[in-house]
Amino acid sequence: MKREIPLFLTALIGAIVVAGFFVPHQWVSVPADFLQRCAVIVVAFGYALGGANVIRVNLEGIARRQTDWPYKLVLLAGMLATLVFGLFVDRAAFQDPGTVSVWIYDNIYVPMNSTMFALLAFFIASAAFRAFRVRSTEAALLAASALIVMLGRVPLGDFVMAGLFDHEGLPDFVRHWRLEPVQQWIMDFPQNAAKRAILIGAAMGVMATGLRVILGIERSYLGGSD
Amino acid sequence: MPLGLRSRFVRFGALVVLLASLGAFAPGFAGAQSAPADSVPALAPPRGLVYADVPGDAGLAVELSWTLSPDDSVGTGLVTGYFLERSTAPGGPWTVVDSVVARTASYTDQSIRRDTPYFYRVGVFGPRGSVLAGAAAGPAIGRSSWFHSSRASVLAFLLLFFLLVLYYMYMAQLGRKPFVRRLAGIDAIEEAIGRATEMGRPVLYVPGVQDIDEIQTVAGLVILESVARMTARYDTPLRVPVAYPIPFTIAQEMVRSGHAHAGRPDAYDPDCVQFVSPEQFAYVAAITGIMMREKPAAHIFMGSFYGESLMLAETGFANGAIQVAGTANVHQLPFFVVACDYTLIGEEIFAASAYLSGEARLVGGLKGADMLKLVIVAVVLIGCALETFGIHGLTTWMQTQ
Repeated sequence: MKREIPLFLTALIGAIVVAGFFVPHQWVSVPADFLQRCAVIVVAFGYALGGANVIRVNLEGIARRQTDWPYKLVLLAGMLATLVFGLFVDRAAFQDPGTVSVWIYDNIYVPMNSTMFALLAFFIASAAFRAFRVRSTEAALLAASALIVMLGRVPLGDFVMAGLFDHEGLPDFVRHWRLEPVQQWIMDFPQNAAKRAILIGAAMGVMATGLRVILGIERSYLGGSD
Repeated sequence: MPLGLRSRFVRFGALVVLLASLGAFAPGFAGAQSAPADSVPALAPPRGLVYADVPGDAGLAVELSWTLSPDDSVGTGLVTGYFLERSTAPGGPWTVVDSVVARTASYTDQSIRRDTPYFYRVGVFGPRGSVLAGAAAGPAIGRSSWFHSSRASVLAFLLLFFLLVLYYMYMAQLGRKPFVRRLAGIDAIEEAIGRATEMGRPVLYVPGVQDIDEIQTVAGLVILESVARMTARYDTPLRVPVAYPIPFTIAQEMVRSGHAHAGRPDAYDPDCVQFVSPEQFAYVAAITGIMMREKPAAHIFMGSFYGESLMLAETGFANGAIQVAGTANVHQLPFFVVACDYTLIGEEIFAASAYLSGEARLVGGLKGADMLKLVIVAVVLIGCALETFGIHGLTTWMQTQ
C-alpha cells in the first residue's frame, strides 16, 4: 500500500489535469484548478523542510569548522534576520515601501543578484573564445556562421562591408552586399529548422515521461524501480 | 454737390456707422454663424450590439460586438472610446463593465457567472459627452462546454502517441525490445564518476533550476537515481544542491533509493542533498562555491537551465572537472556544448532513464515516441503540399488556442 496509494494518486491527479486541458466544463476544470492550487500548499510545507535542511547543514559546517565556515555563518545570520524582520517586525506589510524587508531586498539582494548576472558577460567572452577555435570543418562552419550573425546584427557590420565592397567600378550587387540579410537567412532557416527539430523531439520526450509517470511505469521517484 | 446726392451720401454713411456699431457692440453677431455650445450635435451612438457565448470555455465569458459610431473615423477626434454596461434584467440597474478605445468594435466579458442571463448595452463617449445605444441586447448566457474544439488536433495526436507508446511497450514486454543507439553523454556519466573515484573527489549533480512542475526536473531526478547507484557502488561522495523544496525531498528519496539498490543503504548521507534557494543567482553562487571549495572531479547538469548554465559550466571548466550536461532548453544548449565535455541534446535527457535502466517497457516507450515523430514529419510534408495548392484545412485544424 505504501507504493500503490501514491501511484494511484499520481495517475488520478495526472489524468484530471490532462483532461482539464481538453474539457473546459466545470466538472473537470474546477477540480483541476483546485488540485493545482493544492500544489501551492504542498510547496509551502516543502519550504519548511528546505529551511530546516539549510539550517542543519550549515550549522554542522560551522561546528566542524569546514573550509570557509564564516560564510555559512553569514548565510545563517542573513536568513534568520530576514525571517525575523519579515515575521515579527514588518508582518503583513513586508512588501510595502519603507519596511525593513523591502530595504533588505533593494539594498542587499538586488545588488548581489545584479553582480552575479553581470559576471555572465565575462563567462560569455571566455566561452566564445573557445567555441570559435577552428579545429574541424564543423567548427569552421560554426565560427563563420557566428561571425556573420554577430556582425550582421550590429551597425559595425554594415560599416565594414561598405568599406570592403562599396567602391566605384565594382558591380552593383557586390557594392550593395550586406551581412544583415545573410544573418537573417541563417537565423530564419538553418537555425530555426534545427531549433524546431530539437523542440519537437523534446516535446515527445515530455509527453513520454508524463505518460510513464501517470501510468506508473516510471516510479523511481517513489524510492525504487521495482 | 447737389442736395440729393449729398443726402444719399449721408444716408449711406449713417448706414455704415450703424452696421459698424452693431459689429462693435454686439459680439454675438459675428458668432452667430457657429452653433452655441448647448446646441452642439450629440455623438451618433454605436449600433447593432451582438452577443455570443464564448465557445470551448467553462461558461465564464461572453463575446460582444457592435457597429462603430458613424462619428468614429480616423483623425476626427470626436470619439474617445466605447463603454459597456451590464445588467441581469432588461430594465437595469446597469453597471459599467469596461471601456475600450475608439475604433474597437468588440469586447469579451470574462467576469460573468455561469448560466446567468445578462443584458448589455453599449455607449460611445468623447469630448462632446456620451451617448448610449437605444436598445439593450440579451439575454446573453455563458454555457459550459464539454470539449475545447480548437484543441481537437492536440487530442488526436496525444491519443495516437499514447497508443503507439503503449503498443511498443507491450511488444517490448513480449520480448521484442527495440534497439537503442549509444548515447555518448550518458555513457560518459559512468566514466566521469569513475574518474572522480580514482581522484578521491566528489561528484556534483545539479538537477536544474526549475520546480517539479517542469518535466525536465523530473527527468533530471530520475537520472539522479542511477547516478546515486553508481556513486554508492564506487563509494564516491555525491553532492546534490537543489533549488526548490519539492525536488529537494524527491532528490533525497532518489539518492536513498540509489544507495539501497547498490546494496549500500548504510552509505547514504542525507546531507549530501542540500536545499539551496529558488533564487537563480543565489543558487549559482552556492554551486560555484561548492565547485571552488570542494573541487568535485565530475559535474553533471541534468534538467532545465537558463542564464546560469554558462556560469555553472564555465566555472566547472575552470575547475578542471569532467562535465556532462543535458537540457531541452534550446537556448542554453550552445553554452553547454561549448563548455562541457558531453551534452545530452533535447529529447536525449528524457531517454536517459530508459537507456540507463534498460527496462523493456521504458525502452518500448522510446520507440513509440520515435514513431510519432515519423507521423509528425509526414503531417508537416502533407501540410506543406496542401498549402502549396491553396488547401488550408489541415493548417486550420492544427491551429490551437
